[in-house]
Amino acid sequence: MEEDAYRRKGVAGMVALTGDIEGRIILDLEPQTALRVASHYAGADLPESDGLIKETIFELANQVVGNAICALNDQGFHFRVHPPLLLTSEQGDKTSEDVEALMICFETSMGNVFMNVALRYNKQRMADHKTAGA
Amino acid sequence: MEQFAQVKRSKDGQPVRYLIVDDSVFARKNLARMIESFGGQVAAEAGDGLTAISEFERTHPDIVLMDITMPQMEGIEAAEKIVQAHPEARIVMVSSVGYQENIVAALQRGARHFVQKPVKPEVLYEVIKYVLGEDGAVATSAGAGV
Repeated sequence: MEEDAYRRKGVAGMVALTGDIEGRIILDLEPQTALRVASHYAGADLPESDGLIKETIFELANQVVGNAICALNDQGFHFRVHPPLLLTSEQGDKTSEDVEALMICFETSMGNVFMNVALRYNKQRMADHKTAGA
Repeated sequence: MEQFAQVKRSKDGQPVRYLIVDDSVFARKNLARMIESFGGQVAAEAGDGLTAISEFERTHPDIVLMDITMPQMEGIEAAEKIVQAHPEARIVMVSSVGYQENIVAALQRGARHFVQKPVKPEVLYEVIKYVLGEDGAVATSAGAGV
């Protein structure tokens, strides 16, 4: 768990979630990793300035989070996924007592991919579900 | 990309025309590459549900590939509005949020099918053939007509 503020590594897309559990998930790739990943998907070498790099990371974030949410939703948790946003600030919010961030680093052949997950239970909604189910 | 037998419109042998709706440029490019490999043609693109409705009215595509999570107006609502005005519209939802609740909502509001992202070309190809039904014809060999 990470308690300090989040520090962006490179090209980062943030997906916000609302519902029974709420918060945000950040997919963050170092610039050279993002370039390699985007070039791979584009099927051609992209220049470092290409806007498609950001778009690729956004869509990857959307798909990774979307697939995870599907599994949780079919288990009874109800979420809403919002469109990905570009994370522009170098440093994000600090985590708080009820929102801890989990930082995961995936070592891939294209470079390191970081995922920062900060979620908390929406206690009111969970209580509402229990009441409705009682 | 894998080679597919070309799918054309059976009424005139012309390429199937698609409206691609997704807020991600990357996703739109990816889908466009796939449908071109099926012998299709991109009639228009849109980045949100509102634009999708106006682009449908302008181009009258054979098939709409529609994302769900988008700004301004989400895909399920846009699909419902298009089908209300054009019951013959063939809309395939293409989304990473393919949980049961969303799939049921999309189908109830008029979508014909659902494809989960990341999209596998062979899956999309089969769905398109299914959704076109008798209005689509598969060429028996590469470069052949209908």
